[in-house]
Amino acid sequence: MTPRARAVAVAAALAVALALPLFVSNFRLFQFTQVAVYAIALLGLNVLTGYNGQISLGHGAFYALGAYTTAIMIDKWDVPYPLTIVTAGVVCLVVGFLFGIPALRLEGLYLALATFALALAIPQILKYFEHWTGGSQGIVLSKPNAPWGLKLSPDQWLYFFTLAVLVALFALARNLLMGRTGRAIVAIRDNAIAAQAMGVNTALYKSLTFGVSAAYTGVAGGLSAIVIAFVAPDAFNVFLSITFLTGIVIGGLASISGAIFGALFIQFVPNWAQDISKAAPWAIYGIFLIGFMYVMPFGIAGAIRRLLARAVRRGTAARA
Amino acid sequence: MEIFFQQVVSGLATGGIYGSVALALVMIYQATDVVNYAQGEMAMFSTYIAWTLMNAGVPYWWAFFGTLVISFVGGVVLERVVIRPVENKPILTIVIVCIGLLVILNSVAGWIYSYIQKPFPSPFPPKPIMLGTVVFGAHDLGAIAVTLVVLAFLYAFFRFTTLGLAMRAAAQNPVSSRLCGIRVGWMLAIGWGLAAMVGAVAGMMVAPIVFLDPNMMAGILIYAFASATLGGFTSPGGAVLGGLIVGVIENLVGTYVHFIGTELKLTVALALILVVLVFKPSGLFGRAAVHRV
Repeated sequence: MTPRARAVAVAAALAVALALPLFVSNFRLFQFTQVAVYAIALLGLNVLTGYNGQISLGHGAFYALGAYTTAIMIDKWDVPYPLTIVTAGVVCLVVGFLFGIPALRLEGLYLALATFALALAIPQILKYFEHWTGGSQGIVLSKPNAPWGLKLSPDQWLYFFTLAVLVALFALARNLLMGRTGRAIVAIRDNAIAAQAMGVNTALYKSLTFGVSAAYTGVAGGLSAIVIAFVAPDAFNVFLSITFLTGIVIGGLASISGAIFGALFIQFVPNWAQDISKAAPWAIYGIFLIGFMYVMPFGIAGAIRRLLARAVRRGTAARA
Repeated sequence: MEIFFQQVVSGLATGGIYGSVALALVMIYQATDVVNYAQGEMAMFSTYIAWTLMNAGVPYWWAFFGTLVISFVGGVVLERVVIRPVENKPILTIVIVCIGLLVILNSVAGWIYSYIQKPFPSPFPPKPIMLGTVVFGAHDLGAIAVTLVVLAFLYAFFRFTTLGLAMRAAAQNPVSSRLCGIRVGWMLAIGWGLAAMVGAVAGMMVAPIVFLDPNMMAGILIYAFASATLGGFTSPGGAVLGGLIVGVIENLVGTYVHFIGTELKLTVALALILVVLVFKPSGLFGRAAVHRV
């Protein structure tokens, strides 16, 4: 894709996103807010897994950490919600960085295992600190109203708010990945030893990537707490982490737009599966998963890239 | 002291179960280099097949071996039909396909058999065996014995048969094996079949304890991961021993460390996995992976 075509595509997508509240019901809008939240989380995971090559099956834990940071701050101390989301990001940045240090010694399969165990353990840990987390009952919040006297329903306001966070974070990620830092991150994935020989501090970059990735997912978790207005431990089970990994692989590894496609998939496909078969919706979901992997092993973004490349080649061939 | 011994014994009993699921994981990992996230669900599904056979009036041991045959065939078919098309794709693609398999098996089992827990018979007498004041459950001892028998069979199979040798060769060096005339693809399929069989044994041993339901393997799978990690992903014997150790640690920590109790049991598995991975990533008995640069 030429830079110009890319700019047009991004502008078009943004226009559609901005116009969306005019055309859909509050419930649909709520679903699209969820898509935006998932997209942020998936982008975080994609930075780690897609660009840096570290497989995490435990990002649900950071999502939970972000959600609970936000929920506890609002519930216990009445902190304004935009501030709690920043805090959620910072907390996850630090925790992710710290978790990244032992994870440095682990590669591929072993890292996947360690993070998988983290994902499995998180609901228990949340229930254990009952005083803070409200145990299995969780914490109930209320949806914030639109500020500055804007005539928007809470759902509409939260949609625009999440969309703004999404755009800011995507722009940030793009700048991070396009520059010197991004090259270092990708170099470590492709050949860690060569990267080190070129003077990349692999240990530092890997831990930092883990931190940044966790921070993105934490911000998404914080947003989800506000959007859903409820947090409970069992929402953050291991399936959430698996869903995230599914999202980035289906959407397209090492692709920024892939995060959006993946988020659409994980938000809407389970619902379609439910429509197709009430008896065994997860079976349908599983078939979708496997089917997608057969047809487009490089995800939706990869498939689109390939189709475009083919179209361009045809175009030049026709002209010649 | 009595409580201590009792806890060790019942820890060994659950550990035997973890060990057998870990054994199945190690089997597939060795034969195909894939960690099969659907292993637990495959075992669960096999156990339901056994339950169906027994409900139809088939005697226990006939149903047991019948299930093993069906599971073997099922494992081979799954590899041929589901895994084969993505064999040479990136590792994450294979992981996602395994996860797809996991949710399908879980959902289909719930659909056919409902999510209500079912009792599952044990082939061993219900009468406990007393040794001094320590009580051994007959089923627990039997389960450990069965796991050890499976381990011995696998060892003999891989060590002394031509097919076992061919399978090891196919896993270690697919290209050279193919040049020697080994059908590498089929070796992988047989690896899945064997793992499904080992999983079926584990499922039928665990079901009398936890009762049969579609989610019965979820908790066990993570302990099996911990066991395989502790013993080493490259060592079947290590996986079984790792399982026994994990079972005992789980019980002792639950009894003597009060703030953990039963509420944080899974967290113990997490801590164990992390500690092993950080200090000895290849496990107690595994070989460290050596990569050519």
